[in-house]
Amino acid sequence: MERHDRTMGLLSALPVLLVLLLSFAAPLLVVLAFSVMPPKVFDLAHMPDFSAYGVLLSQGYHRSLAWALGTALASTILLFLICWPLAYAMAKVFKRFTLVITVAVVITLFVSENIRLFGWVLTLMKGGLIEGHLRALTGMSFEGALYNVPIIIFGLVYVYFPFMLFPLVQGISMVPDDARQAASDLGASKWQVFWEIDLPLSAPGIVVGSLLSFVLAAGAMAESKLLGGQAVIVIADEIETAFTYGQNWPLGSALSIVLILIIGSLAVFGVSRVDLDSIMGRGR
Amino acid sequence: MQPEPILRIEKLVKRFGQFTALHGVDLDIQEGEFLTIVGPSGSGKSTLIRLLVGIEEPTSGHISLRGKRIETLPANHRPTCMVFQSLALFPHRSVGENIEFPLKIRGDAVGPRRERALALMDLLHLPQDFYDKRINQCSGGERQRVALARALAFDPEILFFDEPLSALDFRLRKNLEKELKDLHARTGKTFVYITHSLEEAMLMSDRIAIMREGGFEQIAVADEIYAKPVSRFVAEFMGEVNLFDVESTGGGGLQGSGLEVQMAPDQLLPELRVPQGGHGALMVRPEAVRFLGPGEAADFALDGVMRAEYALGSRTQYKVEAGDGREIAVEKLREDRFAGRSGDPVRLGWDQGHCHMIVEE
Repeated sequence: MERHDRTMGLLSALPVLLVLLLSFAAPLLVVLAFSVMPPKVFDLAHMPDFSAYGVLLSQGYHRSLAWALGTALASTILLFLICWPLAYAMAKVFKRFTLVITVAVVITLFVSENIRLFGWVLTLMKGGLIEGHLRALTGMSFEGALYNVPIIIFGLVYVYFPFMLFPLVQGISMVPDDARQAASDLGASKWQVFWEIDLPLSAPGIVVGSLLSFVLAAGAMAESKLLGGQAVIVIADEIETAFTYGQNWPLGSALSIVLILIIGSLAVFGVSRVDLDSIMGRGR
Repeated sequence: MQPEPILRIEKLVKRFGQFTALHGVDLDIQEGEFLTIVGPSGSGKSTLIRLLVGIEEPTSGHISLRGKRIETLPANHRPTCMVFQSLALFPHRSVGENIEFPLKIRGDAVGPRRERALALMDLLHLPQDFYDKRINQCSGGERQRVALARALAFDPEILFFDEPLSALDFRLRKNLEKELKDLHARTGKTFVYITHSLEEAMLMSDRIAIMREGGFEQIAVADEIYAKPVSRFVAEFMGEVNLFDVESTGGGGLQGSGLEVQMAPDQLLPELRVPQGGHGALMVRPEAVRFLGPGEAADFALDGVMRAEYALGSRTQYKVEAGDGREIAVEKLREDRFAGRSGDPVRLGWDQGHCHMIVEE
């Protein structure tokens, strides 16, 4: 009976599985195949070589990769620090107000990322909302706050705020109140309750939020282009350039594969660190 | 003279918005005693215990531990600890890590901490190989023991229990009740236990405090509360009871609807007398009521009809309908069970030595 159910389940999942394979795995395979093609070719009918990976190592693409991963890491840490108190309040303190915050944060997603970033450009540029008003009112002037690394990180934090906040709220709401109270009753200070109880028991939310924020930030380029003015070039920017202006699909593919491998390994590592069964109190 | 109490509660009040959960309660808890606080749901017992361990702060009033005021101290600064109703074990920690938790928090080294955890596991009959077991692999009874061991590892001055056995099946609960009583005797610690189960309270406690609507109705040893309740509420809360509305006859005697008082007024025990013009509730427990045979006498008697019989294992309970329509409960040992059938006329009787009078103004 169980076997029959399993077969039926597999059969009914087959159409979706095929669509997923075609839409997700097939493009990835094409990218993988292009990454081992000779430079500047536009089809796969060539002898494979690894020259694109050689170019990647020799032409300093590691710097773009490091900038992408570094800004992604910095923004993820900042996001965690900023979102934790708010997420805690939304999960444990606020009642109906949680809904108001949720709606307010979700509404920002209704406007395209680029338009929101342009809003910040207009706000922060020289002659923009802040500097322009300051100059008109006081005569004082400054160069504007754009075109540097911190503003790129600010942009990433701003754009990916919901992707950290909501998983954290979910994670924190999984921590039973009586476990926190029991820890405190057994002598734990607020810091120890956070470290020993809140943090490990909300780990699923932390891991999901961090992975989402990190993966999206590592692959982002609008922030570095619009706010950063290409003060630094990130890997996504390099990939786009290779595919478009560079007309070097194999190089773009090799860069993509490296990024996918790094982020994929981090995701697998992160998820494997969370023992959901023990956190949820389920038997194994 | 009573020794200085380990814990003194004075005029403790707790309000949640407009709702007052505790109306200025007073209580002294002696060192080493097993005090059980019993009451129906919503009587304020859980609120009280949360104030005592420091999870909630009182609206007003004082709590003193060994003469030192602690009502504003946070839970982690109080030398007390609680076994929660849910047990509140940490699912991400093993059995050993759960037990060691308060020692780790205190900064004890790994070696001594493990040693203490293993000793406590031994005390609570948990096999040593449970040390690395996950909490979700333990049974209900094993989890109870882990929670107890963790609380004892904290070495509290007072150990509070918030209905920790309520979720267990009957047999396991009975075993753990006895184990808890033994543990109290072995550790000599002060235990304050909250339950809504009268049986649990009777079995384990040195003293019982009955709560009702945010205040204490009666605080006394189990026998006294059972035999001499101060109010109808306590009498009825402490198990099956027969209460007869009675009033003074004027000559020092008693009278009540359908009740035959088969003795002279001057033979009535002084503690059963009701002041002139006053009235009260004459209480007799079902086990003190007898089926009277022809010509058999008793201090109080009434006639009725047998209505129902309920087997309670070692005992049998009967419901007898009296002349005025009220139901009287009678309990007999299984071997002394009533020989008749439902619908048979019966005569019930009991002696004044088994009665208690709840005088009502």
